[in-house]
Amino acid sequence: MLNLDKSDLRLFLLVAAALVLAPFILNPFPEGSNLAQFNAGYPDLMQRLVIFGIFAIGFNILFGLTGYLSFGHAAFLGVGSYAAIWMMKLLTMNVIPAIVVSIIVAGIFAALVGFISLRRSGIYFSILTLAFAQMSYSLAYSVLTPITGGETGLQPKINDPRILDAPLLDGATPTAGLFGIDMRASWQLSVGDWLFTFNFGYYFAAVVMLIAFYVSMRIFRSPFGMMLRAVKTNQNRLNYTGVNTRPYTLTAFIISGMYAGLAGGLLVAMDTQVGADRMFWTASGEVVLMTILGGAGTLIGPVLGAGFIKYMENVVSKINETVLHQWFYWLPDGLEDFVVSVIYPFVGKGWHLTLGLMFMAVVIFLPGGLMEGLRRLTQGRKKKADEKTGGAVATPAE
Amino acid sequence: MEAIILQILNGLDKGSAYALIALGLTLIFGTLGVVNFAHGALFMLGAFCAVTLSRLLSLAHVTVDPTRKDFLGNPLKVETPYVHEWFGPETGAAIIEWSVPLSILFAIPIMIVVGLAMERGLIKHFYKRPHADQILVTFGLAIVLQEIVKFYYGANPIPTPAPSAFAGSFDFGAMIGLDPGSIIYPYWRLIYFAFAAVMIAAVFAFLQFTTFGMVVRAGMADRETVGLLGINIDKRFTIMFAIAACVAGLAGVMYTPINSPNYHMGMDFLVLSFVVVVVGGMGSLGGAVLAGFLLGVLESFASMTEVLELIPGINQIIIYLVAIVVLLTRPRGLMGRKGVMEQ
Repeated sequence: MLNLDKSDLRLFLLVAAALVLAPFILNPFPEGSNLAQFNAGYPDLMQRLVIFGIFAIGFNILFGLTGYLSFGHAAFLGVGSYAAIWMMKLLTMNVIPAIVVSIIVAGIFAALVGFISLRRSGIYFSILTLAFAQMSYSLAYSVLTPITGGETGLQPKINDPRILDAPLLDGATPTAGLFGIDMRASWQLSVGDWLFTFNFGYYFAAVVMLIAFYVSMRIFRSPFGMMLRAVKTNQNRLNYTGVNTRPYTLTAFIISGMYAGLAGGLLVAMDTQVGADRMFWTASGEVVLMTILGGAGTLIGPVLGAGFIKYMENVVSKINETVLHQWFYWLPDGLEDFVVSVIYPFVGKGWHLTLGLMFMAVVIFLPGGLMEGLRRLTQGRKKKADEKTGGAVATPAE
Repeated sequence: MEAIILQILNGLDKGSAYALIALGLTLIFGTLGVVNFAHGALFMLGAFCAVTLSRLLSLAHVTVDPTRKDFLGNPLKVETPYVHEWFGPETGAAIIEWSVPLSILFAIPIMIVVGLAMERGLIKHFYKRPHADQILVTFGLAIVLQEIVKFYYGANPIPTPAPSAFAGSFDFGAMIGLDPGSIIYPYWRLIYFAFAAVMIAAVFAFLQFTTFGMVVRAGMADRETVGLLGINIDKRFTIMFAIAACVAGLAGVMYTPINSPNYHMGMDFLVLSFVVVVVGGMGSLGGAVLAGFLLGVLESFASMTEVLELIPGINQIIIYLVAIVVLLTRPRGLMGRKGVMEQ
């Protein structure tokens, strides 16, 4: 089915099921309970999880397969966002043209940047992409202000032309939608103490992500994907056998840029505003982090990484001193204060500290990311048995 | 003419900072073969050494002076810094005022310890790992250091003034025989440049004229052979790492009066310093210094109003543009050696 082999199909169906059931899975704690702050089942966060999942899937096609570490991928996300918002300002608030154009524009921009950057590899490639991203960021803030809105950014205004849309009613604000269905439309289901929210925007993004995931799966299993892996393993040998690797890496770069553009377009579709800060190099660093954390070169790893980081970001930064005191109220007073003061720097505003430490720990101890950890856990027992019988070494999983 | 000299002078202080950071980066790369993304954080740590010392020196205890009243009629509370008590009011005041230059002495041991700890604790395990891993782990470390500083010092820039003797500006134009008032230049920037020049000269002299430096250079050329000769090259490289950390830290200390330190200053400089290293040539110390000053001056020329009218926004992107052009036309950088990281 779908031209996938058995294990891939299982993974694909698993992802699809998880996406459909996400409002339930992410909302395990009843409303109003102490643990309700760990719930992630609200539309804004779920949309982010999915969109950054797409971003990371795209980044993984470049980094995971070819090993080229781009430090400027946020530029494509930003360019895609700007393209999408302009479509909404000029054409229509329907998200389809916005997303299609954001993919195309990001693809063209990626072709341009990739054509130049891919002349070098290794650290030079990283620096070149970083330079391009920083250039785009600076320009968006300064000279290109007429196009990008500079520091204030862009959002749809009531008196934008929008030639395809019917004129707005008095007092109505432009909202993004799909053929008349508002992206923000939500439907709530209350079961006992639990409250589940089903958001149209989320399901739209989820469908897009499923398609994106499927495409990336096909790329991983295609001869083209094999070629990219060969580039990562030994580019010199490929060159000696007379293969010109540039077209392959450039295609991978463009595809990955288009994924970033798609994520940017979706971000705009969910929340109709853009600022240049989403092109800053920390945003590029974040997607690298997601991919590494999940497991570069694995199919599902980057999605897990993106979800993990965005979830932690939301949950950990909400914890403050009062919450900590509530948690440790059962300790003796002095000890309670001590424990709270130890944990406090890592939560709330200190979320980035936790992120940095986590990042270091993963690179040091688990270079393969979460997927590697899972594999070690599941194969640990098997491997021991193998060693006893002197069996063959397990082949690394994808 | 005046405008050109002024722009060159303006570029020197930023160029000095770039050159010092890039020098450290190149030293680390040349010796250990490690790409250190946390080097900007070391620059930032140095700057916060200065902040810490100036805070330590102004620590005061409060005494109530019953003979004087404040505006509410209560007895006046007088804050006396401890240094005033220990060294007398005049010397004490002078010490507080000169806290930034004094921080150099304070920062050296701290930066050396930080450098040694970083190398032995983390970098050591990454010699053999791919460059991507080195970039990532040091990037993570940079985030951690930055966030720790942010936690203790807050997110706002902390003004740390220079001693008042150097606080003003002087008329450079009159000194070299141009119209008085045409080139006004702050003292501290000139001092920063002189300081950077001395540091750079010291590092080069150390490498060139001492036995230790000779061994290190030999190790950079061929680590294995030096090791086979019975020399503990790892230990020397670790010391070089500490020296590089020290150079970055001192660059940060002296930079505080020019720009009030904040927690992300390191990252701002790091990105540019990496570009500088690449333009100068990976592994070439001279190239790093040259490119640092060159790009600093270029940046200041690009922010002239005449240039900006011609090409708007060029001041924001000039360094990246130069880097792109250099990398594409001369991949090993301006002064890079043949065969070193040319891919």
